[in-house]
Amino acid sequence: MSIQIQKVSKAFGTFQALKNINLDIPDGKLVALLGPSGSGKTTLLRVIAGLETADEGAILFDGVDLTNAHVSNREVGFVFQHYALFKHMTVFENIAFGLKVRKKRDRPSASAIKEKVNELLQLVKLEGFAERYPSQLSGGQRQRVALARALAVEPRILLLDEPFGALDAKVRKELRRWLRKLHDEVHMTSVFVTHDQEEALDVADQIVVMNEGKIEQLGTPDEVYDHPASPFVYDFLGNVNLFRGRLNQGKLNVGSAQIEAPEHLDATNLEAVGYVRPHHLSIEKVQKSKDSIPAIVIFSHSVGPVVYIEMKLQDSEEYVEAEISKEEFSGLDLKKGDVVYVYPKKVKVFIPEDFVI
Amino acid sequence: MEPHLSKSIEQMSIRKRKDSKESKLVKVVLISIAILYLSLLLFVPLTAIFVKAFEQGVEVYLAAITESDALSAIRLTLLVAIIVVPLNTIFGVAAAWAVTKFHFKGKQILLSLLELPFAVSPVIAGLVFVLLFSPRGVLGPWLVDSGMKIIFSVPGIIIATIFVTVPFVARELIPVMQAQGTSEEEAAVSLGANGWQMFWRVTLPNIKWGLLYGMILCNARAIGEFGAVSVVSGRIRGMTNTMPLHVEILYNEYQFAASFAVASLMSIMAIITLIIKSMIEWKTNKQEGKGV
Repeated sequence: MSIQIQKVSKAFGTFQALKNINLDIPDGKLVALLGPSGSGKTTLLRVIAGLETADEGAILFDGVDLTNAHVSNREVGFVFQHYALFKHMTVFENIAFGLKVRKKRDRPSASAIKEKVNELLQLVKLEGFAERYPSQLSGGQRQRVALARALAVEPRILLLDEPFGALDAKVRKELRRWLRKLHDEVHMTSVFVTHDQEEALDVADQIVVMNEGKIEQLGTPDEVYDHPASPFVYDFLGNVNLFRGRLNQGKLNVGSAQIEAPEHLDATNLEAVGYVRPHHLSIEKVQKSKDSIPAIVIFSHSVGPVVYIEMKLQDSEEYVEAEISKEEFSGLDLKKGDVVYVYPKKVKVFIPEDFVI
Repeated sequence: MEPHLSKSIEQMSIRKRKDSKESKLVKVVLISIAILYLSLLLFVPLTAIFVKAFEQGVEVYLAAITESDALSAIRLTLLVAIIVVPLNTIFGVAAAWAVTKFHFKGKQILLSLLELPFAVSPVIAGLVFVLLFSPRGVLGPWLVDSGMKIIFSVPGIIIATIFVTVPFVARELIPVMQAQGTSEEEAAVSLGANGWQMFWRVTLPNIKWGLLYGMILCNARAIGEFGAVSVVSGRIRGMTNTMPLHVEILYNEYQFAASFAVASLMSIMAIITLIIKSMIEWKTNKQEGKGV
């Protein structure tokens, strides 16, 4: 089932949560709505579910307009951020709820319900937990019950609000891989909300980056990560170094170094900023090219196999960070206070308009 | 590092011991004050009621509570409670629902209005209804024309009692429902439940102890209300006398033993209410203890 979101706006009082959102979510994909808090991602998810109504615009499933349809008629599975399991019901009753509230003629028999619930318990790897209460489960187990409960009604679309937000790092990683696997098995159009870029990059087919109620960029994880469309996306999807300089005919002048910016050939003498990821910054102890930028090593620390080196640019006094492998680091033999030459292997130059970072 | 660390822990525990010594004294003093206060103001009078009630023997006691006026007062009191408690329960749930699950203008005003019966003296409340419904009151002529009698009859007593006991259920439920939020209800609806199913299967089980607690408080006040009822009832013996009014009349007629006998009945009701209330509290605490 595909989802079409057309010109959707939504305000809460004076706060404009969504501003004219247009988005097509293709059938069978796992899509992440990624953004900082207040970016409107959860509101958009709730509008798709029908838990909020849009002030303007339309929501269509497979081309059928459901803008005014009630949540209970949209056939969406919604997994809530804090699970929202029914506290007074067992795991079994929680999962069976959606089947038991059906109208009599659509309701499966008690034995069919039992079979379905057991099947789902197997799917979420919680066999033997049927008679437990939510309070007797761990966070990860509760999350899987919430998922099984949503899947029990065989929804056309699965919507997940910060599904792993309240879990610890290890469980979160396990569970999101498991969700990815599950999605590959059932191939249901799924949309999940997250503020964790790593999570979005790890599991999603498509990422929708949102900021201040608008969509900043839409694309596959690789597209979004490698070709960010805006400074916001660049900054939000990982660490980034800024090289401020003047842009002139496709070249960014940072001190005496020149950085190629072929997408800005027609720019003349503009202030601009080059965005460089820490792992795209190479470090040399001797200046091999005049386009290397001199810097002083301030601090270095290693996290597992990678070493982060913090440096201060000699000309502009700005701080930059590079990420290199441990072998490379020991080969360079860097000490605090050493003068090095950094060279950006990959840069994206943006001309500042009204943004500030 | 280690010895230093253990030293600082030692220091901390010394300080703690000193603190706990002081707080122990405070604790004993406070508990004694509370117990003394409560026994003087509650326990002694309560015992006195029973002593007085049985002063002239069990026979007088039984006669007092089985006499026809007393029985009619008991019946009327129970009738009022049976009508008032369900009405205020329905209203309380609806009001608490509106306040906690929806955003709307005038919410604060509604909340303040809910508290109003607590702020207004019951006698004033009774007077308001007299002014409204008595034959010379605002709605009086219309009521006379349509042959309805509210003041100095049972409907008036019920209306006055409803007014006085309106806040109890809503006040108990609002914090409970606020703490629970709306996500379980949203989950139920997203799974295809209609409003009715959502209420009975999800909301009600979550609020049932708070609801019962509110109903018990409402019931206790409905049975015990004196001021407002006294103004609107007209105190017609055997007809519009509730138990509290009956107690007062007997007392004013120097029938002390009988008066205290009826009062002891009310005290027993109050004690039973208190026991049920404590059981509910115990039960809720247990539930919260294992809750999410």
